[in-house]
Amino acid sequence: MAHNVDARGLACPQPVLLTMEAMKSTSDSEIEILVDNEASRENVSRAAATQGWNVVRSDELGEDFRILIKKK
Amino acid sequence: MTRKNIFATLGGIIVVGAIIGVLAPLLQKLGNPANMGICVACFERDIAGAIGLHRAAVVQYLRPEILGFVLGALVAALIFKEFKPSGGSAPMTRFVLGMIAMISALVFLGCPWRAILRLAGGDGNAILGLAGLAAGVAIGTLFFRKGYNLGRSYKQSAATGLMLPLIMVGLLVLRFIFPPVEGVDKSGVLFYSLQGPGAGYAPLWISLAIGLGIGFLAQRSRFCTMGAIRDLILFKQFHLMAGLLALLAVAFAANVALGQFNPGFEGQPVAHTLHFWNFAGMLVAGLAFALAGGCPGRQLFMSGEGNSDAGVFVLGMITGAALAHNWSLASSPAGLGPHGAVAAIIGLLVCLGIGFANLKKA
Repeated sequence: MAHNVDARGLACPQPVLLTMEAMKSTSDSEIEILVDNEASRENVSRAAATQGWNVVRSDELGEDFRILIKKK
Repeated sequence: MTRKNIFATLGGIIVVGAIIGVLAPLLQKLGNPANMGICVACFERDIAGAIGLHRAAVVQYLRPEILGFVLGALVAALIFKEFKPSGGSAPMTRFVLGMIAMISALVFLGCPWRAILRLAGGDGNAILGLAGLAAGVAIGTLFFRKGYNLGRSYKQSAATGLMLPLIMVGLLVLRFIFPPVEGVDKSGVLFYSLQGPGAGYAPLWISLAIGLGIGFLAQRSRFCTMGAIRDLILFKQFHLMAGLLALLAVAFAANVALGQFNPGFEGQPVAHTLHFWNFAGMLVAGLAFALAGGCPGRQLFMSGEGNSDAGVFVLGMITGAALAHNWSLASSPAGLGPHGAVAAIIGLLVCLGIGFANLKKA
């Protein structure tokens, strides 16, 4: 079961902030993040990598993006 | 999987910073005011003057760079399918933050871009401004840590997303219809400066082309001066800062090469030496940029992506510029405007109020 973060419609730096919080607080090994723009997608992926998480999947979901990250 | 955006890599952002670092001093060489190759705050202020929102005779020019920033970002966003009209995240608050950002940036005399360019030109006063900017952004990050959030934006129609870009197209058309006339301060509906910073400008086509080019590159790379400081403090993330430092280093080298490097504090172009107010002005501006989620340049680029919240911030800045000059809030090389200090203090209080009022538990 993956922890979910819905950052759609949120401006910079909220998507990264929420992802960081989730990485710290969750006991799940996977987090699924929804964002609605390419810049947030890049920022969230970059932030996850610096915290030792792998981007497992990053795909378009209609007009949004779904990023799945997994703890290394 | 992901279409790779090469500009979003570390190398990409450094290259973009370096390109801006070459082009800005070049614009100065070609006619833009000294240490003001690109200044988003100053140039929006000049636009406010050009359309008569204020009548400060020395700062009236419809700067093509600003129009280019928005339209270049629009083109990039359209090509790469990133034009996503959105809006509705506290537009009125963003308008007020834009006003405060402009008014307090004009206490320092420049936006973050110009602060970097001033430093790269040898203006020591910019160190105080940049320190103030960092302090203001740092205060902003405290609000973010406490849950500050202006709420979600929502999808809007393409027409809504195009409003600010179309305003820029309209202004550009006016610039072509009413070009400057030698020795006259008005051409058709547009006001021009006969002396002062507003009378210094590079040729139209060059300014426009460089503006479009930077708008395109900045949209792809997400270049943001405020974000550079914010991400470093908030996430220890160096990515955007690398672009900012590349801009500083290359602009410095370009200024030296072009004979535009004049180190010192006294007599710097369009600058004053009031250390406290250089710091304080940019502190308030930095806090306003942080709370609004982008430096003035980034707000233009996001407007080009169809973000009407960013567009409202831009209009707030232009309105703030009008007030700054109509009410004598803006500084000049002679020092503070008569009411600049009180304006900066009110701006700080309003920013803090906005910060505390929008703390939400996630």
